[in-house]
Amino acid sequence: MKYEPVIGLEVHAQLQTKTKIFCGCETKFGDEANTRTCPVCIGMPGVLPVLNRTAVEYTIKTGLATHGSINPSSRFARKNYFYPDLPKGYQISQFELPLCEKGYVEIVVDGEVKRIKLTRIHLEEDAGKNLHQSGGGASLVDLNRAGTPLMEIVSEPDIRSSEEASEYLKKLRSILRYIGVSDADMEKGNFRCDANVSLRPAGSKEYGTRAEIKNVNSFKFVQRAIDYEIKRQAQILEGGGRVVQETRLFDSEKGVTFSMRSKEEAHDYRYFPEPDLVPVAIPLERVEEIRKTIPELPDAKRERFARQYGLPEHDADMLTQTRALADYFEEAAKLSGQPKAASNWMMGELARLLNADGKDIEVCAITPAMIAGMLKLIDGGVISTKIAKTVFEEMYRSGKDAGAVVKEQGLVQVSDSGVIEQIIGDVMKANPGQVADYRAGKDKLLGFFVGQVMKASKGKANPDMVNELLKKMLSE
Amino acid sequence: MKITKQEVEHVARLARLEFPEQEQERLTDQLSKILTFMETLNGLDTTGVAPTSHVLDIRNVMRDDEPVACLTQEAALANAPDKAAGHYRVPKIIE
Repeated sequence: MKYEPVIGLEVHAQLQTKTKIFCGCETKFGDEANTRTCPVCIGMPGVLPVLNRTAVEYTIKTGLATHGSINPSSRFARKNYFYPDLPKGYQISQFELPLCEKGYVEIVVDGEVKRIKLTRIHLEEDAGKNLHQSGGGASLVDLNRAGTPLMEIVSEPDIRSSEEASEYLKKLRSILRYIGVSDADMEKGNFRCDANVSLRPAGSKEYGTRAEIKNVNSFKFVQRAIDYEIKRQAQILEGGGRVVQETRLFDSEKGVTFSMRSKEEAHDYRYFPEPDLVPVAIPLERVEEIRKTIPELPDAKRERFARQYGLPEHDADMLTQTRALADYFEEAAKLSGQPKAASNWMMGELARLLNADGKDIEVCAITPAMIAGMLKLIDGGVISTKIAKTVFEEMYRSGKDAGAVVKEQGLVQVSDSGVIEQIIGDVMKANPGQVADYRAGKDKLLGFFVGQVMKASKGKANPDMVNELLKKMLSE
Repeated sequence: MKITKQEVEHVARLARLEFPEQEQERLTDQLSKILTFMETLNGLDTTGVAPTSHVLDIRNVMRDDEPVACLTQEAALANAPDKAAGHYRVPKIIE
C-alpha cells in the first residue's frame, strides 16, 4: 500500500527582547552560570511575574506577519510538571486564548506555491539548562535561560514531505528575521523544532497515529529525522503492526529516532488559568500600529521579484530568503539594468563562493555595483562570460572591481579577427588529421577545434568569433 | 460527584505527594464532597456571561523591556540544598 506522510511542526523561537518574559533579568547567554537570575525566574515564594510588553508585541507582530488574527483577549496558563530545570514546578504558557490564531505561511515546492496553515502562536517562558556530569550520580542546573521569552508557533498537519518541512522552517525563520523579532538561529538553540509525523493510506482522510520527534537542532537533521520516521512507520504498517503514540528523539550520529518515554502520563499537564497574571487585551489601534512596522515580507517580495524582474519562482524565492540578499539583488539589478543576469551570477558563482567559505552576503567583498560593472564589460564585449568567471573569483578575493582585474591580468577579450585567424591557422597546422576528418564530414570535431583555439588564446578569444571563423576556415 | 481512589492516587502521583492508605480514603471522601458542592454552581444560568479569566477586572499589566540588576551567583544559590561549580546540584536526571 502507498502511504502519505502527514506532518505538523511546532517551533519554539526565542524572542530577541533585552529582558526575560516576567522579570527584568537580561537575556544574555554565555555568561557564568546562575548570574542572570532573580527571585522571579528562580521561583522564590511570594514573587509576582510582570509581563514584558515587547515580548507581547513581538508575538503580535509575528501573528500579523503570518496573516493570523489577534485574539481581542488573551490569557496565560500554568502547565504543571516537575523537572529540575523548571524551578516553579510549572511553566507559564498559554492554553486557551493564545495571542494569535489561524495564520499561514507560503512555501515554494517544485516551483509551486503551497500554503501551510498555522493553528496558533503563543507566548511562554523557557526553562533552564541541565548539565549531566559524567559519573558522580548528579546533574547540574543553570537557570540563566529560565524565563527567556519563547514564541511557540504551531502548524496544522499540512506538510506532506521532509522537503516541505524544511522549506516551511526556512520560510518561518526568514519571516522572523525580516521582522526582527528573533535571530532564529537553530545552532544556538534559538529556533527549536518538534515534528509530529504520522502516515495514512494515500487518499484517506483520517489521520494515523502520530509520533512526536522532539528538539531536532538543524534543518538537515529535521529532514533526516522525518525521512527516517516515515520509513519506520511504513515498515510497521506494512508488517500489519500499529504505530505507538509516543515522543521520540533523533540520534544524529546514527540517523535514527528512538522512543523517549510513554506519553500518556507525562502529558497530564493540568493546565489552569495563571492567577498571577491578568488578561492581555491589546487595543485594536495598537495592533494596527504594530502592523505598520512590518516591512515587505519574503512572500510579497518573492511575488514582486517574479513580476517586476521576470524571475522564475525558484530564483525569486532564493533571493528573498534574507533581507540582505534581496536588497543586494535589487541594487545590482538597478545599477546594471540586467536583473536576470544579476540573479544568475548571485545564485551561481556568488552563492558557490560564499558557500565554500561559509560566509553571508553581508560580508562579501563584491558589491552590487561591482556586479553591475562586470555585466557592463560582458555586454560591451570586453570580456567573455567564460573569462568573467575568472574575473569574478578575483573580484571576490581581492575586492577590486572588474575593470581593474581585467586590466591587471590582461584578460581583455580578443575580438581582433586577424589574431584569432592566426591562432586558428596554428591549431589547424598542428592537427592535420582532425582537419581532414572534419572536411570528410565529421562535424562533431568542431567542438574539439573550439576547445583548442580557446586554450591557445588562454580563454580570451571571443567565442562567437572563434566559432564563426573556424567554420569558415575549416571549410575552405 | 464521586471521585475514585484511583483518580486521587493519580493526581497525588502527578503532584509528587504520598499518603498512607487511610489518608487516601479520607481525601477521596473529602474531594468528592468538594466536587459535589461545586456542582451547585452548574445549576446557575450563565448564558451571556463572559468566562472569568481573572478575579480582578483589570487587564494589560505590563512592564517595559528594561534590564534591572540580577542576583549574584552566591545569592541565587544561597538557599540551594546542594550546589557545585556555580550550579544547583540535583539527583542525576536519567537519560
